[in-house]
Amino acid sequence: MIEKIRQLGEKGLDFCESFGYSGMILIRSIIRKPDLKHGFRGLVEQLYNEGILSLIIIMVSALFIGMVLGLQGYNILEKFGTTQALGQLIALSIARELGPVVTALLFAGRAGSALTAEIGLMKATEQLSCMEMMAVDPLHRVIAPRFWAGFISMPVLATIFSAIAIYGGYLVGVKWLGVDSGAFWSNMQATVDFRIDVVNGIIKSFVFGFVATWIAVFQGYNCVPTSEGISRATTRSVVYSSLSVLGLDFILTALMVGGW
Amino acid sequence: MNNFVTIRNLTFKRRNRIIFDDVNFDIPKGKITAIMGPSGSGKTTLLKLIGGQLYPQIGTVEVDHQNVHKLSRNKLYQLRRKMGLLFQRGALFTNISVFDNVAFPIREHTNLNEAMIRDLVLMKLEFVGLRNAHQLMPSQLSGGMERRVALARAIALDPQMIMYDEPFTGQDPISMGVLVKLIKELNDSLETTSIIVSHDVAEASSIADYIYLIANGKVIGQGTPEELNKTKSPHVMQFLKGLPDGPVPFHYPGKTLEDDLQLL
Ligand SMILES: Nc1ncnc2c1ncn2[C@@H]1O[C@H](COP(=O)(O)OP(=O)(O)OP(=O)(O)O)[C@@H](O)[C@H]1O
Ligand SMILES: [Mg+2]
Repeated sequence: MIEKIRQLGEKGLDFCESFGYSGMILIRSIIRKPDLKHGFRGLVEQLYNEGILSLIIIMVSALFIGMVLGLQGYNILEKFGTTQALGQLIALSIARELGPVVTALLFAGRAGSALTAEIGLMKATEQLSCMEMMAVDPLHRVIAPRFWAGFISMPVLATIFSAIAIYGGYLVGVKWLGVDSGAFWSNMQATVDFRIDVVNGIIKSFVFGFVATWIAVFQGYNCVPTSEGISRATTRSVVYSSLSVLGLDFILTALMVGGW
Repeated sequence: MNNFVTIRNLTFKRRNRIIFDDVNFDIPKGKITAIMGPSGSGKTTLLKLIGGQLYPQIGTVEVDHQNVHKLSRNKLYQLRRKMGLLFQRGALFTNISVFDNVAFPIREHTNLNEAMIRDLVLMKLEFVGLRNAHQLMPSQLSGGMERRVALARAIALDPQMIMYDEPFTGQDPISMGVLVKLIKELNDSLETTSIIVSHDVAEASSIADYIYLIANGKVIGQGTPEELNKTKSPHVMQFLKGLPDGPVPFHYPGKTLEDDLQLL
């Protein structure tokens, strides 16, 4: 029993320690004079790796989620004879929740795990250490552009996700099941508030992007430099960022719910 | 004497294993110093201590009259610009080409235009015989080629001191000869301070001005190649002649074989 409590305390201390350490790493890598000459190229490269390469999976998932939502929503609303409200149902659930959350989960699985594995492998093959010896701080040259790229691409990806998911719902609801197109769009426009729904969704996606990328780069930077260590770090990166995204989603929703 | 690196009373432990036990080194400016010793004796560790990547428990490491482990981050990074380190495993950046690898430190630390960088990089690659391999990716190189590219990168900015961690391993006799000559030339023409970690007794003693032999956390012999060849110390003799039996153990310290196989 005492032993259990001791272990729990130890875990807690470990957690606090790595939380503090990861915060320090983040601050050291992003707070500094911007270095336009080298920084910009690295950032563009990473925007491509993390943003553009995640586009396909985000777009395909968005289409299917929107279509499923259209189907489910239509069947439920039909019981109450209010299928005109389909547009509003789809738009609200996507802009408020599904857009940011599902994008963040997909992002953590697609881009986050790749980030962790890449940085971990660079560490294991002494590339980071070699960079240090060449008087180039890997926090600036490797970690910072990857972090910023994730932070910037997540909201953009989430916005694209939402747009495509709503279109998917439109395809099923209007084109297939025959909801009136005018009612679909006008109901949506009447009920979705730009500041309360859209902006809040974008705020969420910024927060999720921040957390997911932070966890991914830290897990890579801090991994045990062996093949086993990298595989564990990659798993941890996906698990931790998914859990954090879901937990934060609850907190953020609770804070925003006052406006609805 | 005019030292580029001065190490005093250095003690370094990894967990509970003592790697260095109160050792002193003097690396004279503009000379070639060889560090030799059995595998696992801490040669790579020593280079990382000099580079400020590892911290000693006791003792000081001074490079160019500055205590490496007391410097602020910025100062340490400035000091590192004066050093080049050839990593034992090469450590090339795998996502960029050979050319970009060699160009990396030049692009980072100078404002040269691309045309000049190109000339500089091709010249460095020419030294190591790989100019025509400049557009290959690191994954397309053999182990020995990789290490020669890493060498070209380490000397790209003509640092004041270059540390070579086993530059000759994995090289055929021809490139080995070329590398030995290259190191010697760099040292003569640019007055570069060189530290060579090597197992190749013959190669190292052919170019080194001074040799340190380390084993079991201690310096077991030091001197010019001629002096070392003349010493009667059994440690030194064993290493230089490559005898399996002697005071320097071949095995990692621990239980004896008989104990482990439970023969007794
Ligand atoms: N990251 C590490 N963690 C714990 N121990 C280590 C680590 N790296 C090296 N060691 C230990 O430190 C000792 C010295 O290692 P080092 O790499 O300096 O040897 P070396 O002299 O360069 O050997 P070699 O000639 O084989 O390259 C070894 O006994 C090794 O077991
Ligand atoms: Mg070594």
